[in-house]
Amino acid sequence: MNAVRPSSPHLPVQPSVGGVMRTVLLALIPGVAAMVWLLGVGVLINLGLCVATCLLVEALCLALRGRPVQRFLLDWTAVVTGVLIGLALPPLAPWWIAVIGSASGIVLGKQLYGGLGYNPFNPAMVGYVVLLISFPTELTLWTADRPGLAATLGAQFGGLGPAALDGITAATPLDSLRTGLSQQLTVAEARIGSVFGGAGWGWINLGFLLGGLWLLWRKTISWHIPVGMLAGLALMASLFWLIDADRHADPLFHLLSGAAMLGAFFIATDPVSGATTPRGKLVFGAGIGLLVYLIRQWGGYPDGVAFGVLLMNLTVPLLDTHLQPRVYGQGKAGRPDR
Amino acid sequence: MGGPMSGSAAQATPKLWDFPGGLHLDEHKIDAPIRPAPIPKTLVFPLAQHIGAPAKPVVEVGETVLRGQVIAAADGYVSTPIHASTSGTVVAIEDRPVAHPSGLSARCIVIASDGKDKAVPPDPLDDWTRLDAIDLRKRVRDAGVVGLGGAAFPSFIKLNPGSARIDTLVLNGAECEPYISCDQAVMAEQPGDIVRGAVLIMRAIGARETIIGIEDNKPRGITALRQAIGEQKADGVRVVVVPSRYPQGGEKQLIQTLTGREIPSEGLPLDIGIVCHNVATAAAVWRAVTLGEALTERVVTVTGPGVTTPSNFSVRLGTPVEDLIAAAGGATESDARLLMGGPMMGFALSSGRVPAVKATNCILALRQADVRPEEPAMPCIRCGACAEVCPAGLLPQQLYWHARAREFDKTQRYNLFDCIECGCCAQVCPSHIPLVQHYRFAKTEIWAEEREKRKADAARDRHDFRNERLERQEAEKKAAREAKKAALQAKKAGGDPVKDAIAKAKAAKQAAADKADDAVAHSATAEAAAKPADDAADPVAAALAKAKARKAAKAADSGGVPSAKAAEPAPKDDPVAAALAKAKAAKQATAAKADRPNDAAEDPVAAALAKAKAAKARQQAADTPDTAKPDPVAEALEKARAAKAANAARDADEDTGA
Repeated sequence: MNAVRPSSPHLPVQPSVGGVMRTVLLALIPGVAAMVWLLGVGVLINLGLCVATCLLVEALCLALRGRPVQRFLLDWTAVVTGVLIGLALPPLAPWWIAVIGSASGIVLGKQLYGGLGYNPFNPAMVGYVVLLISFPTELTLWTADRPGLAATLGAQFGGLGPAALDGITAATPLDSLRTGLSQQLTVAEARIGSVFGGAGWGWINLGFLLGGLWLLWRKTISWHIPVGMLAGLALMASLFWLIDADRHADPLFHLLSGAAMLGAFFIATDPVSGATTPRGKLVFGAGIGLLVYLIRQWGGYPDGVAFGVLLMNLTVPLLDTHLQPRVYGQGKAGRPDR
Repeated sequence: MGGPMSGSAAQATPKLWDFPGGLHLDEHKIDAPIRPAPIPKTLVFPLAQHIGAPAKPVVEVGETVLRGQVIAAADGYVSTPIHASTSGTVVAIEDRPVAHPSGLSARCIVIASDGKDKAVPPDPLDDWTRLDAIDLRKRVRDAGVVGLGGAAFPSFIKLNPGSARIDTLVLNGAECEPYISCDQAVMAEQPGDIVRGAVLIMRAIGARETIIGIEDNKPRGITALRQAIGEQKADGVRVVVVPSRYPQGGEKQLIQTLTGREIPSEGLPLDIGIVCHNVATAAAVWRAVTLGEALTERVVTVTGPGVTTPSNFSVRLGTPVEDLIAAAGGATESDARLLMGGPMMGFALSSGRVPAVKATNCILALRQADVRPEEPAMPCIRCGACAEVCPAGLLPQQLYWHARAREFDKTQRYNLFDCIECGCCAQVCPSHIPLVQHYRFAKTEIWAEEREKRKADAARDRHDFRNERLERQEAEKKAAREAKKAALQAKKAGGDPVKDAIAKAKAAKQAAADKADDAVAHSATAEAAAKPADDAADPVAAALAKAKARKAAKAADSGGVPSAKAAEPAPKDDPVAAALAKAKAAKQATAAKADRPNDAAEDPVAAALAKAKAAKARQQAADTPDTAKPDPVAEALEKARAAKAANAARDADEDTGA
C-alpha cells in the first residue's frame, strides 16, 4: 500500500517546459539563417556568447540560491533567453556587450525574482534594454554587406581600428528612416540611402514569420499575442500612412522591419511575463504593437519592441484580472434561456 | 430556447453546440461483450455506496440471506437500501477497506456465498403506466437504484422534479474517459431496457423529449439504440451523436453540447429544465419498476495494460476487485496501479480487496510504465495551456497560484467550486504540476474552514448568551440589594413606608402600561416612578445615592448593553448627576441602536445571532414576570431590551432579505 496515494489524472503528461523551449529554438532557425546570410558570421558569434553566458550565469545563480542546477538548466529557458538577446545585438558589437546583456538578463530579469516562472519582465528584453541604455553607441554597429570572419572577429574582439570599423558598419532601415525624417526628408527619399534598400530586413522578418507560423501550427503558442501585436502595429502604421504618406512609412515596411516578427512570435509570446487569458493576450499584443509604432515614430530609439514588451509586462496583472474568460454557468448563459 | 429540431430529417444532422476546451485522448477502449463474472466466495457490501446517508444494516451476523434481499435499509431521504447480490450467510458487519480516494475503511456487511444463488421471488408489475409518481419512485428507491455513471446519486430523487418544469431528459451515453467501455456494452446489449427506461422516466418527470447523447466512437451502441427506438416506436426519444472529446460525458458538458444550455453555477440541471441520467441507470430504473428487480449487479469494465484479458463483466455488487482482475486473466505486473474509474478522474485503490460497488464502472490496471512518473513539478510558466483546455472556462494557473499560497478566498473568487476536476489542465501542463490535487486540497481546506467557522460562531453565541445571563443576574441581584438597603435607610431615617409602597405600586403599573420600544423612555419612566421613593432628606442616603449615580454613569460610559445601573433612579437632591446619568444612558442606547442593526445587516450570521438573541430575550421577558415583579425598573428594562433586539433582528432581516 502506497504511503501517498497518487491522485488523478494518472496518465503521463506529454508536453514539458524543455520540450516547449526546444520547439521554439527550432522555429527560430529560418530567421537566424536569414540573419547570418545577410549580416554575416557575427550573428552566430553573438548567439554563442549569449547562450554560453546565460547558461553560466544561470548555473551560478541556481547554485547560489541552492536550487537544483541540472534540472533547471535542462529546461532550456536560459538558452532561449540567450538566443533572443543574441539576435537583438548588432553583429559587430564587441564581445562584452553580449556578456553584459546576457548576464543582466538572467540576473536582473530572472533570477533576482526567483527564477523560472516568477519573473514579471521578459528577461531577454531586460538584458537588451540594459545595453540599449548603457551602451547606445555599441548597439548601432549593424552592418550591410556580410563582413568576413576576420573583420567580424576584429570588430568583436578588438584589433579593428575605428576607421576600418566605420567602413563596414551601416545603419538599419529603421535607423535610416529615423535620421532621414529628422532631416526633413520624405520617407521615399530616406529609404533610398538605407542598407540593401530595406529588402534584407524583409527577408529576416519573413524568416521569423515562417518559424512563428510553424509554432502556431504546432500549437506551441496561441495566436492571440502575435495577431494582436501585428494588428496593433499595422493599424497604427496604416492610420498615419493614410494621413501623410510622406512623413510616415507604409504598414508593410513596419511589419517587415526591425524586430517586428521576431517580437510578435518569439519575444512577446514569453509565457511567464505575458498575459495569460485569451482576451488579455490579445490586448497585451495589441498594446505592444501600438507602443512599437509610437516609439519608432516619435520615441528616442529606432525600434520599440523591447520597450513595448517591458511596458506591457507592467500591465499583465491588470489585464489578467479584468479580461478573464466567462466561467461555465456564470453570467448570461448561466441563466435558463427559456 | 433554440433547441434542435425534431423529426427524422433533423436526426441525421442535429444541431450541436460545443463546450470550450477539452482534450482528444487516446481511447484505449475495448469493444467486448458482457460476460458474467464468477460469484465470489465472499462479498463485501459497504453501507455507503451512494451519495447521502449510509444505509442501516437490517440483518444480523449469522443470518441467511437471498439474492435481492434488503440487508441495509435507507436511512433518511437521500439514501437507498442495499441488497444482497447472492444467497449466503452474513458473516460479519465490520470495517473493511472500501473504494474511496482516502483509502480509509468503512462499515461493511460481509456475506459468505452459499453457491446456490437463490433469489427472493420477483415482484413484477403488469402496467407501470398506472402507477402514480410516488409509488414509482418508491419502487426505484426500494430497488436501491443509484446513478451508475459514477456519482451514485439516488435515482428516485431525480425522478421527483418538484416544482421545476422539465422539458428534456438527457441520457448520458457519452462515456468519454479512456479505457471505460461498460456503457457502450450496455447500450449495445440492452438497448431495449434503456429506451423503455427513457420513456418511463420521461413520463415520470413530465419531459417532452429524451436525447441520448453518445460519442461518435461507439457505433455499436448508436446502432442498437436507434434500432430499439424504431422497434418500440418510442416517440420523443432520439439518439444524438456527439464528437468524441474528453470530458464530453461530464453532465455539464453533454448538456451544453446537446442543448446549448448551461447549468447555472452551483445549480442543478433541474434549474434549466433538464434531468440527466446515465444510460445504464435508465435500464436499471426500468427493471426496478417493472420487474421489481433490485440493483445487485452492474456492468464493470476490467481493463488496462495491467490485465491479461480486458473484459466487460456483469459483476455482482460486493465482488472484491482482485477477483475481477483474476476473471480478466490476472495481472500482467505485480505492482500495477489499480484504479477505480478511468485514468482521468478515477482514484487509486489501496488494495485489491476493496469490493466493486454501485458506482464502480471500471477497474483499470496500469503498469508503472503507463502512469505519470513521480517527479518534482517545475514552476508554473504561465503558458495558459491549462486555461485553453478547461471546459469550465476557469483560469487553472491562477487557481493554482492562490491555492498554493493558501489564499483560499482568492481561489473562490477565481471560481474554484466551478471546477469539475476533469484533469484536462494537469494533462497538458508542461511543468507537470498536479493541478487537480491542488484544487482538491483548496476545496477541502475551505470546507474545513467553513466547518470551523460554524463551530466558532456557535461557541461565540453561547459565550454571548452566558455573558448576558450573568450580567442580568448581577443586575437583578444588585437592584434587589439596593432596594433593600434603601428601604432600610428609609426606615432608619424614619421615612414613610406607606408612601414608599404606593410609589412602588405606581411604578409597577406605569412600567406595565408602557409598551414603547425606546429604552431611554423606559428608564426615564422607571426613574420618574422610582423618584418618590428617594424623597427622604437624609444626608447619608443622599450621599449614597450620589455615589450610586456616579457608578451608574461610569457603567454607562464603559458601554455594553444598557444596564439597569445606568438608568438607576437618581436622587432628587442631585439633579446634575441625575441629568448626567440620564443623558449618558440615552447616548448609550442610541449608540447601541445605531451599531447593532448595521452589523447585523452586513453579516447574515450576525443577523441570525441577533434574531436568536431577540427570541431568547423575548422568552426571558416572558419567563421572568414572577421574579421581576418586585422590581419594576428591571422589568421595564428587560422588556425594552427585548423589544430593541427584536427590532434589530427585524431590521437585519429586511436588509439581508432573509
